[in-house]
Amino acid sequence: MKRSTKSSKPALERGIVSAYERRQTGTRISVGAINVFLFLFLMLACLGPMYLLIKFAITPTQDIIRTPLAMFPNGVEWSNLSRAWTEVRVSRYFMNTILIASGSWFFQLLVATTGGYVLSVLRPKYASILNALVICTLFVPSVVLLVPLYLTILNPPVINTSLVNTVWAVWLPAGASAFNVVIVTRFFDSLPREIFEAARVDGAGPFTLFWRVVLPMSKPILGVVSVFAFIAAWKDFLWPMLVLKDPMIQPLSVRLPAIQAQTELGVFLAALAISTAVPVVFFLVFQKLFLSGAGLGGALKG
Amino acid sequence: MKRSEQPVRDAATVSQTRLPERFKLWFRKGGLSALLFALPIIVVFGGFSWWPILRAMVMAFQDTNLIGDATWVGLDNFRWVLTDPDFPKALRNTGYFALLALIIGFPIPLIGAVLMSEVKKLRGLFSVLAYLPVVIPPVVSVLLWKFFYDGARTGVFNTLLGHIGLGPFPWLNDKHWAMPSLVLAATWAGAGATVIIYLAALISVPAELYEAAELDGAGIWRKIWHVTLPKLRGVLFITLILQIIATAQVFLEPYLFTGGGPNKATLTILLMIYNYAFGASLGADYGPATALSLMLAVFLAIFSLIYFRLTRGWSQ
Repeated sequence: MKRSTKSSKPALERGIVSAYERRQTGTRISVGAINVFLFLFLMLACLGPMYLLIKFAITPTQDIIRTPLAMFPNGVEWSNLSRAWTEVRVSRYFMNTILIASGSWFFQLLVATTGGYVLSVLRPKYASILNALVICTLFVPSVVLLVPLYLTILNPPVINTSLVNTVWAVWLPAGASAFNVVIVTRFFDSLPREIFEAARVDGAGPFTLFWRVVLPMSKPILGVVSVFAFIAAWKDFLWPMLVLKDPMIQPLSVRLPAIQAQTELGVFLAALAISTAVPVVFFLVFQKLFLSGAGLGGALKG
Repeated sequence: MKRSEQPVRDAATVSQTRLPERFKLWFRKGGLSALLFALPIIVVFGGFSWWPILRAMVMAFQDTNLIGDATWVGLDNFRWVLTDPDFPKALRNTGYFALLALIIGFPIPLIGAVLMSEVKKLRGLFSVLAYLPVVIPPVVSVLLWKFFYDGARTGVFNTLLGHIGLGPFPWLNDKHWAMPSLVLAATWAGAGATVIIYLAALISVPAELYEAAELDGAGIWRKIWHVTLPKLRGVLFITLILQIIATAQVFLEPYLFTGGGPNKATLTILLMIYNYAFGASLGADYGPATALSLMLAVFLAIFSLIYFRLTRGWSQ
């Protein structure tokens, strides 16, 4: 993980193949051939299925079934998209997904920033115990939590009203991400203490220090956490399926498998394409973040 | 948050009569505001992480259902799971999935990353292409691939392979084909993330090492074997164990692609846990479900410990 953050700059002047070897005709041809092959492979393997999905989204169902690879033999069927949006109620599920993802994002950020502030800056006596307890949960695989967490949602301690079929059932457990707390705490640790001292001398209390100094200085890490939190919430399937039983509040990921049987193939594939659009656009906009922080986001999940 | 300061302060004046000096000091040093800041992490982790973990340890030894009180049953839940005729199947299938994911899913990102690290101009584009499948929601990619895997002659993959004279293949409908099909789709969806991790490690290999190897007369292959791969060893060990831990908990693919079929050929441990606890036909066997998830977690913990013991010497 250390490497992936470090490696953003040291521009690869050279790799395995040396400049001298590159000048040799045989090597040059094979390196070029490998690059072309690699490019074609990536286009075919990674972009190919995406391309097909987009094509199917606007192809008449009969053509998808009979000639899946042909290029629009009987014209384009734009109505797949609009029918998916209205008739299949993808619009509704889309909004549910945004609501769930935004709330999960908010709680992950709230817990990680306030928690990180306590563990890194305020450091009360119990901070080390708190830190150890949070780190411990990193080593508990999520499968252990599945059933007891479900029963906790069914009958939470203290409040004693079931959270099933409310968005809280997804939002609150999302906040309990030890990984976020750890990386935010580490980032706070790296902030210069002199600035905190200067702010305190100027009369800033803990709240002002948090809101006016620490958070504004932490925009890079907050961006990373935000993007990954949002995308993770968008992708989540098993947990929302368990706790959100009412179809009217379920996100896309849960509804898509459920509507498959009663939906015309072209319309269904259009619905798949619509639910892919947001994460893909997110990725293309924030690609630097993904491609340098992928180790952060992916490595410790699960 | 500021609003909640008020009532707490009132409580403070009450307790001041008991421990006035110590409390005043604690308050003046910012103890109260620290506690307020710690509140979200304590409440959220307490309610939705620590409490359920503790509960799992207890529930595994109880007979729990939603109607009556829980009763202690000792090791009955574990016995139930271990004598379930599906358990050996699920164990074998999960192991098979992990093995196939290793054979298919481990070398592909490594080879891809090594080749990509040699691309000069368009590496950014290559990385974007490689990572694209990772951002597609897993449910979408499974449902899309399920459609591609259509066993009919006109299925997408069968049409494609038909052009070069192969197939048609049954894909998900055959008990021998189902598991490799699942692994192939899972590899497609996950390889990009690993590629990016390897790429970062590859780029940070110091150029001097390659130059030194060249001075000793090493060609391209020997440089890969003696410089690149040894430098990647630490990262490879970590991604390997993380992949094993992740594949041992595979759920989405078997659940959505095949539902554990055909003829239980893709029934995995996690699918069993799900079926115990939430499967419609069997009802809520929370006890056995928790027992099985604890066993899996303990197994993974021991496995990782041994793994790190064994690899510690080699990873530098």
